[in-house]
Amino acid sequence: MPETLTPDIEIIEPGHVHGGGGDVPAGGDDDGDSGSGLPGIPQRAYFTAIQLALVGIVMFFMALTSSFLVRKGLGDDWVAFGLPRVLWLNTLVLLGSSVTIEVARRHLHEGFAAAFRRWWGFTSALGVLFVAGQLVAWRDLAAQGVFLATNPSSSFFYLLTALHGLHLLGGILALSYVAFRRWQRSRITQVTAADLASIYWHFMDGLWLFLFALLYLGR
Amino acid sequence: MVTHDTGGGHHHPPTGFIRKYVFSLDHKVIGIQYYFLALFSVFLGMALSLLMRIHLVWPNAKLPFAPGGQMTPEQYLALVTMHGSIMVFMVLTTAPQSGFGNYILPIQIGAEDMAFPVLNMLSFWTTFVSLVVLVSAFFMVGGAPISGWTAYPPLSALGQITGPGEGAGQTMWVIGLAIFCAASLMGALNFITTTLDLRTKGMTLGRMPLTIWAWLITAILGLLAFGVLLAACILLLLDRMAGTSFFIPGGLVVTDTPITWHKGGSPLLWQHLFWFFGHPEVYIAILPGMGVASHVLSTFARKPVFGYRAMVAAMSAIGFLGFCVWGHHMFISGMSPYSAFAFSIMTMTIGVPSAIKTFNWLGTLWGGKIQFTTAMLFALGFVSLFVTGGLSGLFLAQPSLDLYLHDTYFVVAHFHLIMGVAAIFGIFSATYFWFPKMFGRMMNEPIGKAHFWLTFIGVYCIFMPMHFLGLAGHPRRYSDTSGANFLAPLHSVHYFITIAAMITITAQLIFLFNLFYSMFAGEKATDNPWHATTLEWAIPSPPPFDNFAGHVPSVYRGAYEFSVPGATEDYIPQHLVPEKVGKAY
Repeated sequence: MPETLTPDIEIIEPGHVHGGGGDVPAGGDDDGDSGSGLPGIPQRAYFTAIQLALVGIVMFFMALTSSFLVRKGLGDDWVAFGLPRVLWLNTLVLLGSSVTIEVARRHLHEGFAAAFRRWWGFTSALGVLFVAGQLVAWRDLAAQGVFLATNPSSSFFYLLTALHGLHLLGGILALSYVAFRRWQRSRITQVTAADLASIYWHFMDGLWLFLFALLYLGR
Repeated sequence: MVTHDTGGGHHHPPTGFIRKYVFSLDHKVIGIQYYFLALFSVFLGMALSLLMRIHLVWPNAKLPFAPGGQMTPEQYLALVTMHGSIMVFMVLTTAPQSGFGNYILPIQIGAEDMAFPVLNMLSFWTTFVSLVVLVSAFFMVGGAPISGWTAYPPLSALGQITGPGEGAGQTMWVIGLAIFCAASLMGALNFITTTLDLRTKGMTLGRMPLTIWAWLITAILGLLAFGVLLAACILLLLDRMAGTSFFIPGGLVVTDTPITWHKGGSPLLWQHLFWFFGHPEVYIAILPGMGVASHVLSTFARKPVFGYRAMVAAMSAIGFLGFCVWGHHMFISGMSPYSAFAFSIMTMTIGVPSAIKTFNWLGTLWGGKIQFTTAMLFALGFVSLFVTGGLSGLFLAQPSLDLYLHDTYFVVAHFHLIMGVAAIFGIFSATYFWFPKMFGRMMNEPIGKAHFWLTFIGVYCIFMPMHFLGLAGHPRRYSDTSGANFLAPLHSVHYFITIAAMITITAQLIFLFNLFYSMFAGEKATDNPWHATTLEWAIPSPPPFDNFAGHVPSVYRGAYEFSVPGATEDYIPQHLVPEKVGKAY
């Protein structure tokens, strides 16, 4: 027996009205979400917003990346240390979560609400597991006597993993929000919200691969 | 006017005082909140500059806040730091973009609100918190920081040992700025999304008023720049509080104390990060003023903007080049001459789009039926100050000249004219222009004109002589030059500047009076008192809660259709249906 579409999901054709096309007005407008007390906006505005947010995040991490390269290149006190092995496992966990979130998202698009919730839950659990794994890596380093202020290499390690971890915790919050919010009175549909959370999640996955490569190759 | 119903999407006005005026989701209320935050900040910043000017001329004057009545050099530096920080962040970044942008942008593109009203409210209140944190630096042990608005390490990174204000005061400064970055990122995201996705029917990119283009490009700069400053602030905080050495080199000795617990850091790294943010920040301050000036000049010259596309291209070019020139702030910081050459060429290239803009402003005025309203006078003043301040930029862009002029009053004159005063003139022009729409009443024109002439002549009297101080080798940020004989003949110039500053600052009280008097007792404004074309003039003054009362107009033409042959009036509103153009409206 297949699960059925939750009745409160409305499928919107994104942005057929706004955006300044054409000269002559046609009748009708908007996607008519009125429950939240805020004016309705086309669902594609949310996709614009998430992409812009990612641009901002890229600039933030690029600034830190160039700081990493400059600090390593200009200073003469850089000491390499062995990265904790658990990071490889954490990376696999995060890669796995990108797969599960994609499965969940497709279930939602096809209207299988229960399967969506199950896979969405897996994803959140993998996210929590990743963050816990990063904490294990920190404890591992601390046990070796490598702390935040020990050396610029460790400063950047702790800083970059912490900032990525905070962004991922934000992602876990977003997943819970998508899972538990009541959608009847909202301007954004659950499908859109799940798409946005997935985009963010994949991005955090890719960002981790980049940071891991930077920390590994630049150590 | 043909409108289309928004299909029940419009929102209902809140009723309680808190939801209506404090934690409001309405972009108009948020815009006015930003405006008043900037108004408070600008008077605070001005008061600080007045204290500095008084101290420079009468070093023995008794001042109320200083212990023993005498200002110490450190207190002078604290004033320099806080004046710069408050003016740059809380005035020049908030008023033109977040203030007027918030109020006007959604209306001008035919939207009922910003795309994300809750985020909009959050960005205002986050900005408010950052202002509180920043100003709280005054009340910390040791007072406000002394490292200037650029906060160069190692001075800013080592803590109390480097001077009063470098302890808790500097920490609050860094935290305040980091919070401000978060607020600005939220605002930028909202502005760009709103402009891209919420335009009404017919409002193509090529029909957008130049104000919208300016706010859009400014928001893009903010989105790209503030994340970098945030990263820099985090690194600086870690250096200050967690013992890391990102910016602090080894071998430092501060007041006979060797600093042994830091080594290897690069003060230059901070300068790169800060100015990668800092130079676009200059354009974040001035671009909205360019938009307002173009808009107001066209409206009161009763002519279309000359070279609309060139104006858009020039603003985009200025925005892009703004990210390629940060090194020109670092010519004397120890930079390879090859890098300096590249930065110098890029910097001077900005003169090209700037000249295009100036040429087009003059082209807009050429042959127009000019109406000298106060808003128009301030727009003309903007052009004048932009040219004056911009020309000295070409001097400073050359490394060989900058070696001499760096950290002299020449630089102070340059950036105050172009970034400070020109941007402020943009804010004034916007205030006089949109006040009728925002408050439903006209500002007093004769008082406004008196305010303009006093301010216009006043700022030139303040800042032009500073060029000569700089050329004579007078360093900036010195609280006392009595030990330097070669500077003694310049005292009379300082005296002149201080008197001019006192008069100019007093003239701002005229503005303040006009603003509040007109708010309550000004002549009632009609919907379209300036006979302007853009959408905000198609709705009542002040606008209803959801701007268009559920009937958003469509747009049929560009934003600057003035003096069109065959039309019954000398302006054609953007929303007027084509059939009515030849008839009375």
